[in-house]
Amino acid sequence: MTSSILNHYPYRPDCYDELFGDEGVRPHWQEFLDHIEESSGEPLKSRAAQLARGIQQNGVTYNVYADPRGTDRPWSLDLLPLILPAQEWRQISAAVAQRARLLDTLLADLYGDQSTLAEGLLPPELVFGHKGFLWPCQGMRPVGGHYLHFYAADLARSPDGRWWVIADRTQSPSGAGYALENRMLVSRAFPDLYRDLQVESLGRFFRGLQRTLAKEAPTDGEPPLTVLLTPGPFNETYFEHVYLARYLGYPLVEGQDLTVRDNTVYLKTVSGLKRVHAILRRLDDDFCDPVELRADSALGIPGLLGAVRAGRVLVANALGSGLLESAALPGFLPGICQHLLGEELAMPSVATWWCGETPARAEVLERFEDLVIKPTFPGSGEGAVFGDQLSEAQRDALMARIEANPSAYVAQELVKLSRAPAWAGGQRRKLVTRAMGLRVYVCLTPEGYTVLPGGLARVAGVENTRILTMQKGGSSKDTWVLSDGPVSAFSQLHQTVRAKDLIRETGTLSSRLAENLFWFGRYGERCDAVARLARLALSRLSESRKVERSGALVMMLELAIGMGLVDAEVLKAPIAKAELDLFRAVLDRRSPNGLASNLQRLTWCANQAREHLSLDNWHALKRLTAELEDCRSKVSDVPALLEFLDEALTTFVSLSGFAMDNMTRDTGWRLHILGRRIERLDSLGTTLARFLRRHADLHLPLQQELAVEALLELCDSIITYRTRYRAQPELLPALHLLVTDEANPHAMAFQVRLVSSYLHSMQGWGGLELEELNVAFARLQDFDWACLEATRPASERIEASLHLAEALDRLVHAGRQLSDRLAMRYFTHVGYAGQATFAA
Amino acid sequence: MSETACLNPIRYCIIHETEYPACGVAVSLAQHLLHLMPRALPHQTLGDCHILIEPDQAALREGLDAFGNPVAWLALETPHDGLLVRAESDVTVHPRPVPDLAESPPWEMVRDGFNYRPGLRSPESLEAQRYLYASPRVPCAPALAQLALEVFTPEAPVLQAAEALMALIFEDFTFDPEATEVGSSVFDVLERKRGVCQDFAHLMIAALRSIGLPARYMSGYLLTAPPPGKPRLIGADASHAWVAVWCPQHGWVEFDPTNNIRPGLHHVTLGWGRDFQDVSPLRGVILGGVAQNPEVRVTVMPWAEMPEGGLMRGPVPLAEVPAQAPK
Repeated sequence: MTSSILNHYPYRPDCYDELFGDEGVRPHWQEFLDHIEESSGEPLKSRAAQLARGIQQNGVTYNVYADPRGTDRPWSLDLLPLILPAQEWRQISAAVAQRARLLDTLLADLYGDQSTLAEGLLPPELVFGHKGFLWPCQGMRPVGGHYLHFYAADLARSPDGRWWVIADRTQSPSGAGYALENRMLVSRAFPDLYRDLQVESLGRFFRGLQRTLAKEAPTDGEPPLTVLLTPGPFNETYFEHVYLARYLGYPLVEGQDLTVRDNTVYLKTVSGLKRVHAILRRLDDDFCDPVELRADSALGIPGLLGAVRAGRVLVANALGSGLLESAALPGFLPGICQHLLGEELAMPSVATWWCGETPARAEVLERFEDLVIKPTFPGSGEGAVFGDQLSEAQRDALMARIEANPSAYVAQELVKLSRAPAWAGGQRRKLVTRAMGLRVYVCLTPEGYTVLPGGLARVAGVENTRILTMQKGGSSKDTWVLSDGPVSAFSQLHQTVRAKDLIRETGTLSSRLAENLFWFGRYGERCDAVARLARLALSRLSESRKVERSGALVMMLELAIGMGLVDAEVLKAPIAKAELDLFRAVLDRRSPNGLASNLQRLTWCANQAREHLSLDNWHALKRLTAELEDCRSKVSDVPALLEFLDEALTTFVSLSGFAMDNMTRDTGWRLHILGRRIERLDSLGTTLARFLRRHADLHLPLQQELAVEALLELCDSIITYRTRYRAQPELLPALHLLVTDEANPHAMAFQVRLVSSYLHSMQGWGGLELEELNVAFARLQDFDWACLEATRPASERIEASLHLAEALDRLVHAGRQLSDRLAMRYFTHVGYAGQATFAA
Repeated sequence: MSETACLNPIRYCIIHETEYPACGVAVSLAQHLLHLMPRALPHQTLGDCHILIEPDQAALREGLDAFGNPVAWLALETPHDGLLVRAESDVTVHPRPVPDLAESPPWEMVRDGFNYRPGLRSPESLEAQRYLYASPRVPCAPALAQLALEVFTPEAPVLQAAEALMALIFEDFTFDPEATEVGSSVFDVLERKRGVCQDFAHLMIAALRSIGLPARYMSGYLLTAPPPGKPRLIGADASHAWVAVWCPQHGWVEFDPTNNIRPGLHHVTLGWGRDFQDVSPLRGVILGGVAQNPEVRVTVMPWAEMPEGGLMRGPVPLAEVPAQAPK
């Protein structure tokens, strides 16, 4: 059958074409082609659009998790899957499973008695000279006996149709999350076809890994807890960590979330320490324990090696497994396979010469043009180089480098990659072809190594690229393995929840997450307080050309000095100085207590607590940060800055509203609200105390009155005041409103009442922890307000003001102590910042 | 230059104290790795050796590291202000055979013996090869190879050339305790031409490895002579570091570039590794507290000169021990 879609198919006879062979369309593609042929051009285009929408939707979600700046999804997805027939897949799958078994056995040998080195099957330099050989792990036998639980092989197909292994990924292979996601999207684009073609399901694959971890994890009889260890949100594959953690149902943790006590690993949660039995790691192994491995690692878990050595925790892949990621290794695998497994290596590696061998080096220098030159060990900073793309000078320089340090280089045969059809997009219904490689995944199941039936096909971004990287414009494809038997419909993503599975509470809240929610609350309030004060001070600047004439301005600047927003000199300097300082406090991150700095901290905390916050929080923060940047580059006058501050305050009020309206009332929420209340107790108390101490310096009654009015405005209580008193602001009633009124959200009493009510609702908190706060508050309540009456002598009033200020100080102090106590109890469980030490 | 082989063994009492003084801010969690116990060797026998920790609620586990050195893991999981680690060792150093350095093979032959070829290799050569490559504190670089090649002339006997390299470093570099800190790099030392024993050991190892010869970092102590007419002081000594070079005929032969001597009865060995980081006497992570450097006090006391009452406290909780030995 001649197919119109194939009329312009760019078949290249010098490469293997996945779709098209010497005898026309390959049989396993026929049904797929017929299907897209029947649906004329338009539907295919609309499917592509649907796919793009799906990517974008997921992308939005993941980008939020991956990167607050919202950079693009790391790579794109082609509409057409790669299709492989059952027969061929069986061979690939058996070969790759054998390779996983071989590498696992080899790791056990190299970290054990090293027979492969003694027998000369592997150059010792590839072990002793490899940074990935973790000396402290030598002789350490992991629980369960396996080193490799999850492995990936990069495959390529040569023009004769054979598959070759290009590289091994033994540290913590990435991309399986993308493979799952690609399947979801592409199978939705071709729902009928996907069903009719009997494509192997990916759903069962990770069940196998889960069963292995559950079985091998050492326990004292309790159900095992497995966590997924990530380096954190700054890792380029972080979104995938989030995705897999959810898919597998494992808590996503960073090193700081875990602690080792008595050779046992624990997860720090708000309900205490919980034992961790297995760690699926995405953190490189040399970063995992600063006590015995890299001392400069801030990402690891001090003492982890001790727990592994004691057999108290399973780490997958085992620490030290990165050793096998070396370009020189494949050349030695056939001999090692014979020695360790007594089998032939089923799938060959691409021809490899390690320049550390003298005869190999001679051959490499001879055949330079046909080879790719790579560094022997990962992380050397050098990339792969094509021998035929070098100028003569470059070539000589590289040859000299090889001669000087031959064992650092490996040469590989250049594989002419196979080509797969891809959807070109655009107006015409046209297929193009792209160079292609396939990453396949293997996991350890209780039944042995099992290969994901599918994988991540990676295609070059432009027509003639020879290197497949996702970062440089490459694209990915779903891989469909056709089944000749019945296929399972099992999927972990689409499991239906039954009534008995209904969950009322989200699982354990990690201490790190809780702490970030707490500080998200505190910084939210702090930003609000700073923005309010800056707005008020700026708006009063225009009242007078002379600072000392305006009581309100003097007091607001006094408070701004107290908050560290402006220099102490502003009171005596020309008004322009105050203006300049306030601009800086709002827009410049170098002002450490200013709005820009606190907004940055707020965003940081939000980023760290992203799993718990709704998208609205994100949009609001992103918009405000963008506006701040905009403002910094443009704004020069006070009205524009005031406009920005209005916008900022609206945002902060919204964040507070989201917290009350959108967040689930769990422990995390309570800690967030406690953070808000404690911060407001702090900033309000500090403000009132400073106001009380400076107020007496204002001599004119009008000055005093305007200052009190500004204070009420600052504390967002002017409306309440006017409704109650219908008179000009005076000190006594204003302070009474701001200190003792339990109903006013901007009063000290309100914060104290809420703090104690939230704390009482948290498990294990009683009167003891609150005692200090209660005592300090009682003293404030005992204050004799009559002493502040305007009819009293000035000296008496001043003394009373100072008394009140002291009582406020004490309450602020109690709040700070409480904050520290919360931190000890819920967040650190002992301490936090670690320091590495060496002593001679 | 070296002590003659016919001398009698010397028995030592060694006290190595590392103290994080109390500073008012409690450390809540501390994990340390200790390389403070001497290693038993053909020329070094051990009596009673133990480690005392204050506060005494610490958990101490002992074992061997990948290089066969005795190691202890120390964990303190309750808040504590101040930490004292006191290692007490009874070690006897015996005379060892002194090889004729001129009898060793040409250095190129040793180097080329490590070229990879398929087939069986000897356990000795395989073990030596562990110490042939760059390690965290020992880089390999042309500048370092150049230093070695000043004395590793063509066909030079490997051990004789190593001795010449030791002398070269001793002559050209100045011992200066102010010059470096624990973290200084070999290149800094090469440039400033000054350093301490650890720096000279790293430098010599780096030079040797850069020309393809295996070299070990040796960690231990050196018996020092008290000032003339003065008694030996308690706590006035220090950790010491030197180098061992491998040759197929003689195995590992030691050199001390800081003193330009070949270690004999006055060098007490704790252990060895690829560099300081493998055998640093105490490394760890502290959570909480304030950043501070520990105080280190070492006493290397020949048993013959032991003050009355001895120095060892024995393996009992420190709190029960009365006053410290008289100074």
